[in-house]
Formats: sequence, C-alpha cells, structure tokens
Amino acid sequence: MDFESREVVMSVRRQKLYSKEISACSIFGAMSRAGERFTGERVIQAMAGMHHRGNGLGGGFAAYGIYPEFRDYYAFHLMFTGDSRAQREAKRRAEEFLFRSFDVVHDEEIPHSDVCVRDPPLLWRYFLSPSKHGEDVHLSDDEYVVRKVIHVNSAIDNAYIFSSGKNMGCFKGVGYPEEIGRYFMLERLYRGYLWTAHGRFPTNSQAWWGGAHPFGLLDTTVVHNGEISSYGTNRWYLEMRGYKCTLHTDTEVLAYAADLLMRRHDLPLELVAKILAPPVWDSIDRMDAAERRLLTALRRVYAPLLMNGPFAVIVAQSGRMIGLTDRIRLRPLTVATRGDMFYISSEEASVRRISPTLDSVWSPRGGEPVVCELEGMFERGLEHEIAVTA
Amino acid sequence: MRSLLLPEFTISRSEECDVCRACEHQCPFGAHTYDASNDKMLSDSRRCVGCQRCAVFCPKGAIEIRPAPSFYRPNASWSRERIEDIKRQAETGGVILTGCGSDKPFRIYWDHMLLNASQVTNPSIDPLREPMELRTFLGSKPERILLSSDTDTGTDPFLMLETPVLFSAMSYGAISYNAFQALAIAASRSGTFFNTGEGGMPSEMRSKFKKHAIVQVASGRFGIDAEYLNCAAAVEIKIGQGAKPGIGGHLPGEKVSQHVAATRMIPEGTDAISPAPHHDIYSIEDLEMLISAIKEVTNYEKPVIVKVAAVHNISAIASGIVRAGADILAIDGVRGGTGAAPKVIRDNVGIPIELAISSVDRRLRDEGIRERCSIIAGGGIRCSADVVKAIALGADAVYIGTAALIAMGCTLCQRCYTGRCSWGICTQDPGLVRRLNVEEAAQRLVNLLSAWSHEIKEMLGGMGINAIESLRGNRDQLRGIGLYEWELDVLGIKGAGE
Repeated sequence: MDFESREVVMSVRRQKLYSKEISACSIFGAMSRAGERFTGERVIQAMAGMHHRGNGLGGGFAAYGIYPEFRDYYAFHLMFTGDSRAQREAKRRAEEFLFRSFDVVHDEEIPHSDVCVRDPPLLWRYFLSPSKHGEDVHLSDDEYVVRKVIHVNSAIDNAYIFSSGKNMGCFKGVGYPEEIGRYFMLERLYRGYLWTAHGRFPTNSQAWWGGAHPFGLLDTTVVHNGEISSYGTNRWYLEMRGYKCTLHTDTEVLAYAADLLMRRHDLPLELVAKILAPPVWDSIDRMDAAERRLLTALRRVYAPLLMNGPFAVIVAQSGRMIGLTDRIRLRPLTVATRGDMFYISSEEASVRRISPTLDSVWSPRGGEPVVCELEGMFERGLEHEIAVTA
Repeated sequence: MRSLLLPEFTISRSEECDVCRACEHQCPFGAHTYDASNDKMLSDSRRCVGCQRCAVFCPKGAIEIRPAPSFYRPNASWSRERIEDIKRQAETGGVILTGCGSDKPFRIYWDHMLLNASQVTNPSIDPLREPMELRTFLGSKPERILLSSDTDTGTDPFLMLETPVLFSAMSYGAISYNAFQALAIAASRSGTFFNTGEGGMPSEMRSKFKKHAIVQVASGRFGIDAEYLNCAAAVEIKIGQGAKPGIGGHLPGEKVSQHVAATRMIPEGTDAISPAPHHDIYSIEDLEMLISAIKEVTNYEKPVIVKVAAVHNISAIASGIVRAGADILAIDGVRGGTGAAPKVIRDNVGIPIELAISSVDRRLRDEGIRERCSIIAGGGIRCSADVVKAIALGADAVYIGTAALIAMGCTLCQRCYTGRCSWGICTQDPGLVRRLNVEEAAQRLVNLLSAWSHEIKEMLGGMGINAIESLRGNRDQLRGIGLYEWELDVLGIKGAGE
C-alpha cells in the first residue's frame, strides 16, 4: 500500500473509532398512570412552549400504546436516507434482510402530512415477529431483535431502524418538534398513554433525521438534554457487549446502557439510576456497611457506564417513565402531577401551558430518579436488602 | 590504563568558598579534596557525575557544576556519546552500565497530545466547589452484578486507590532502606500502594505496611515465602521492565548488606542475580500455573499483577496474560528507569508506553476482555498531564518510579549502578543512606501525589468530568499534534482540529 492510500485508510479507520454530535435541548414526558390514551396534541403544544430551547435542527416523539391492533408484534420504524436512488437501494437491502429474519404481518409508509420539513427521508414501518433459524433459535425474542436492529443500523448503508418496540413508536426528524409532530400527524392519528418528546439544540451537528431524539432499542426510548463527556468510555464498554454506536450522538449510549442494565442484566431501576448517576464517594463512605458494599460494587463493576457531564433524561419503557439528572444536576428537570397525569419537563411553564392547574410540582435532586408507572402493572421488588454476587 | 575520556562537567568555585569542606563530605565520587598545604579546596572534574549535591549543600553557594565546554570536533555520525562509549569499552572490555531511564530523544507522545476542555455547551466543573473523584479500583471486574437476597459471595479481590498513581517497583537493595521506607509511608498516607520490587520486604515493615504494599515475585525469588506473599495487598509477577526488556537484574555484592541479605534470604555480600527468564515459565501456560499458585497461597484474596516491558508485540502478549488469569497488567515503557542496565539495552529495546497502552487497550477491547484486567502504565510518566493522557488512552492507573525518586532528591545523574548515590537513595552505604531523612522524603512524596491529584482534578473539571473512571479509554478527550498518520492510528486519536 502506498503512503497516501495508507493515510486515507487510517484516517477512515480512526474516524470510525468514535464520532459524536453534541446537543443540549428540551425534553418533555406525559403519562397517564391509569393507562388512559390521549393524542399527541397536548404534547406538541407543550413542546411548542419550549420552542426557544431548540433551534429547528431536531425534534421527536415516542408514544406508547399506539398500535393496539398489532400489540403482539414488534413495530419497526425505518428511515432510508440519501437521494431517491439510495433510499430505494437501502429499502431493498433492508427488506431483503428483514423478510429473511422476520415474519412481516404488515408494512406501509409511515403516514405524514405536507408540513414543510427539511429533507425528509423515506419512512416505512413494519410489524413483525421473529423468524429464528439455526443458532438464533436459542435467543430470546428481544435479544434476537436487538441483534437484528444493530445489524441493520451498522451494516446497511442509509437504512436505520429508529424504533423497534411493541405497541409503541418513535417519530422524529429535522425540524422544530411541533413541526415534526404535525408532519407525522401525531395529533390526529395516534393515541398513547405515555408520550415523551424532544426539541434539539445541537451546537455541533449535521442535522440529520437519524440524529434526532428519541433514541430507542426495543421499547426503551431516551430523550436527553445535555452532553455526555464520558461518551468515549461509555461507548467502548457498550461496544464490547455488542452494541454499535452508529447514530453519532452521545444520547445513543444512554439508550444502550439502559437496555444492557435493565434487560440483559435485569437490574432494578433504583440500581440503574445509581449506576448512571451514582452517589459521590463521600456519601457512599457514610452509608451503612451493606449499602456501602453494594454501591461500591456497582461503581466498581459498572464504572464505565457512569454518565458524566450534564444531562437530564427521560427514559420510557412500556408502562413506565423515568426522569433522571446527572449527579450534580447541571440540567433542569421539573416534575408535576395533575390527577392521574404525570409530567416530566425541562420547564414548568411548558407543563402549565397544557395543564394550568397542577396538584404538585417539584425538582428532583441530582442523581435521584423519578419514576412513574402504570397503576397495578408492576410488582416492585428488590428495593431493600439487596446482596451482591458477582 | 589511563582514561582517554573528556570530563563531562566542570566544577567552578567562587571566592565565597570558606573551605568548610562540606563539598568534600558531600561528594561520594571524590571530586572535591582538601589541600592542607594551601588550605584550599581542589576539584577533579573527571570525577564529577553532575549529581549537584555539592552545589546544593555548599553553605556559601560557591560551587557551580556545568557541562564541560570541551568537545570533540563536531561530527553528525560520531557524537560525543558514541566516541566515548568506544573509548570506555576499549578501556574496560565490558558492557557499559547505566542507571535511570533512557535519555534518548525518542518522541515523547505525551507532548504531542492535547487535552480537551468544555466550552459553553458542556459546562466545565470547578473542583473547588463540586466533588471530583479520583478513587480508582484495580483488579478483575465481573461481567455483571448478580442480585440475590440470600447469598453474598463478594466480588473479586481488588485494590482501591485514592489517586490513580502508584509507586512502581524499587527493591530494597537497589534503593536504600530509608528510601524504601519513605515510599511505604507515603503510599499509606496517600491511599495508594508502593511496590517492594524483587528484593523482598524487611520483616519489621510487614505488618505496618501490608495494606499498602505490592510484593513482587521476580525470577530470583528473593525473599519470597508464604508470609511475604500474604503481607501485601497484591502480588506482582515481574516478567520484564522497561529499562531492560529481556534482561534480568543484578545487584552487586557490595550492595548486599547484612540487612539486605536477610531480607532477600541470600548470603551477605553475594551478588543477587535474577535472570531474565523465570526458570519455571517457558510458556503462557506456565505463567498461568504461577498465577494460580500465588492465588492458592494467598487464598484468592489478593489480585495478581503481571508486569511486562512494552515490546513490539505487546498487545498479543497482553491478551495472553489476561487469559492466563492476571487481574492487573502492568506495562513498563521504554523510558522506564532502573538501578542498573546495559546501556545498549536501555536505549535500544522496547517501545514508548503511550503506544503500548493504546494498542493493548484496543486489543483487549476488541477481544471483549478489557474488564477482566486493569492496566497500570509506567515508564515515562513525568507529570499529572501524563497521568491524565495515559488514562484517556486506556490505562486504569500509572506507576511512577523516576518521578518519585526525583521528589526525594534524585537528580538523574545516572550513576545508580555505582551504589554511591550522593542523595542517599540508591545506595547501601550507611553514611550515604543517612542523608535521606525518611520523614522528610515521605512528606515530599505525599506532597507530590497531592499536587498531582489537584492538577488531575483541575484537568478533569475542565473536561466536564467529575469521576476519573469516566476518563478511562475516553480518547475523545485527546487530539494529536505534530504526529504522522500511523502514529495517530496506533494511538487511536484524531489530529488537532479534527
């Protein structure tokens, strides 16, 4: 290999080592604890109230409970980017893979209006169930889906699966969130019991549709305000475990970390929060022996998943919504309730815009998770007396 | 045979000199003598090694040691060093020995990497107002934590450091008892660890410092028994060191005093030779057996470190060592120090630690075994920025040797192998050893670690990071400057401005 071509190869290889975009944004979540489904109208309104927190380079929504007729099937939302020829080629290759790996019960273009948004890609959705062959038959359905999602996102150019859970979906793109919401007609076509939303203020970004929030894997979605300065550490830890960070954004690692800890390692939410935003050593050192031992083990084993830098996130899953800030609380997060409605937002004003009267409003402390769950849906366990084996 | 070497230094003495003879007492190399007939001090520049002891201790500040102005006719091929090495070998017929790390101008990659800092979008953190955590754990980490309500079997053994800097192996025998003690005291006060090196640990120190000691098992097996292995927080198997990869150790009999002999379990006054190979390790499987044996002896309560020199195929070697069961891998780069090494080895064998950390970290990650082992990087760590860059490249912590010696007073005169260290550090001469005040030396070391820790916190805060574990392998925080593509590629970092 001559010197110049060697330089090019190395440059490309190095570029692949890491690459992220930086963001700081508005986040919002609304959930009916009783499971009442509602349209995206109020969510769009709340996001419009935080218009100034974005700059039109990204907006998105995650909605849960929106596909009751396909509730038993994984709902894949795919975007095919590039010019129309590249889009067609990406769709052909992705479908060739999907049809080989899944039984597809229904597929269609994701409906959208004629609201003017920038460079919309071809957006398609598929409802499918795993069709496992060979060694894959031993995998759980969720693990199988995760592997296929990662394969498409990393191996098929211009094709991205940006939503892959059951009875839920992500809708996102380049534009202000209210534009994206109207583009996907969230106020008319969908009713969900849990919505999260994001307005993006990327300061160092190619504005592309895949880079908008939410980020999701299976039914876990993340919207995030902030910047993860531990990205490089988080990323290599996750990549060692099979996750491939292909979406060029630090928020992606939060989604994968949540999947690893909650699904694969089956850790309770309280401990996941203690891993992502752990108490400082001064606090841990003052705890009683059992608790100190547990938290020390968590920080030791999962040190690379500590999320450093400023962040406020809303992590949503089927039936629950979690708000969390970094441990020294460098980004805003407000929580509010009204009746059975539970809100998490960057700003109280955006909540009051859609619910002028609130029963309670508070700001959680740094690193302390706020959790809202569907009534009666979960048996909470393992909260106390947790011992460690490793 | 008369020496044909030019003097390296000149000694000049001002009129301030009041003939107190302090310089004569301070110089163990005999560069100063008293001329009774004229009541004057005389100097022999040929004997001066440039240790600067006399200049520092002259009450009148009357002495100045400078590089000698004499030189050979300039010749790009035949430098003074090359000419004098030949003259020296022509006079002695032997291997040229030297001390300290290589002084050759290999590219110091630390100086070609720049750190990141937060600006606007991501706030920097003020370590004076916010918690900034340097606590570091070394040892094998399990893949995951399992929760159960009725069992608690604990995690693998580990070391906990309050700052990511350890004192690297410097054996009693190579260094003085006082220097050895100072390292132990400083490690225990600073919440870190010192390393006994291959010379064993004096019995009277064992119980006091066991929680902060790493004991070494080298090929010579000096001073090793079950009690020694258990009087430590961790056990290190030394395969190689950066100053002399592939070369063993040799402590001359003159340095084997009665106490050194007792500690090493060898006869007094005999040469202590530790060969390069362990004669029970001729394969990676043999290494695995030794690791297992040590874990068995220590009841699986102590992490086992394997220390190797950074050499060409270091990433594959590292992979084998991790798979052989090492909990911690210590890698020593080409600039690592030594008490004595053949000069030709020190200056021509090995690779810089920066490249080694990066390639090892990447290889272990690619193989998915990075968390099975921690990495300690040593051999060329000069300041807190080097520590930060080493961790960003993938190390968990660093070993410092030369920097610790300098903190105690070493001036890198490179004559450690003579056993005449004028600063009382690298000698067993009772008169010279007394020069190093244990308490003062320990305090200097504590201060150094404290100062570096403050600086590391400042750098972390600038990056918007408040826990050191978030820096490990975080190459986003580094950019190369003035480096070729292949160097950026091996380091796994982008160029400045990218």
